[in-house]
Amino acid sequence: MEKKVVVLPCSGIGKAFGEIGRQAVYELVEDLRPDDVAITCLGRLMIDDPEAKALVQNKIVITIDGCTQDCARKSVESSGKKVDSALRVIEAFKKNRDLKPEGILELGEPGFKLVHDLAQRLSEEVDSLMKKEQ
Amino acid sequence: MLEEIKSTKVGIIPCNGEEICEGTLTRHASRKVLDKLRPGSTVTICLPLFTAGDKGERNFAKTFPTITVDGCDKRCSRLSTERLSGQPHHSIIVSDLLKAHGIKVPRSRRTLTEKDKVAVDVVAEEIAKKVDEILEDT
Repeated sequence: MEKKVVVLPCSGIGKAFGEIGRQAVYELVEDLRPDDVAITCLGRLMIDDPEAKALVQNKIVITIDGCTQDCARKSVESSGKKVDSALRVIEAFKKNRDLKPEGILELGEPGFKLVHDLAQRLSEEVDSLMKKEQ
Repeated sequence: MLEEIKSTKVGIIPCNGEEICEGTLTRHASRKVLDKLRPGSTVTICLPLFTAGDKGERNFAKTFPTITVDGCDKRCSRLSTERLSGQPHHSIIVSDLLKAHGIKVPRSRRTLTEKDKVAVDVVAEEIAKKVDEILEDT
């Protein structure tokens, strides 16, 4: 079955928000929507990797950024593809301020609650965009 | 009189490869160096900031001597750093390093097992060794 959606988290390593986005995408790709969603490395777009570029060109693309720098969205757009949806972890955090991650890569229970919420939100976004595409 | 400027910090730029387990290793190993092994003498930057950021961020590899840490031989971090910021001092490829040490690649990109932490330690020690070499040279 051909996957219709590509979701790219940012490569954020300075704050926990990057790790939350990354873990949410893994939950989406591996647990929630393995038949619909693919992932690729953001770095591959930066080096104009033909396979990665072709993947984002031909699919519905969702980016999830840790902060307002929007590296994932901007990296996709600099490869010539307009993203179909751009989410930010920090906005999900603002709605759940009690869920403070324990560390940058060790998120702990509160951080993983945020991951699960975000993965669900991403799954809803996948549904909405796939419906629009039909 | 010209005074030689001594660099006191080294920039570490992991690829963070989201698609592959080795990318997760670049991330954990780099954080280990930043937080535990060489906390006072290392800094990092998110690789895509070379595209998304401003001039200050693109000057990262001109401001600091840098080590790129790539998960695979596509060398996204090294090539992007060279093209968008400056020539790195050292380049590490995790897949090659693990092969040289006879260590298996982690099976999950989400969670690292105790066994995988040995791989993190090997990569982190290699980065720390290169940090020391750079600081001795500059």
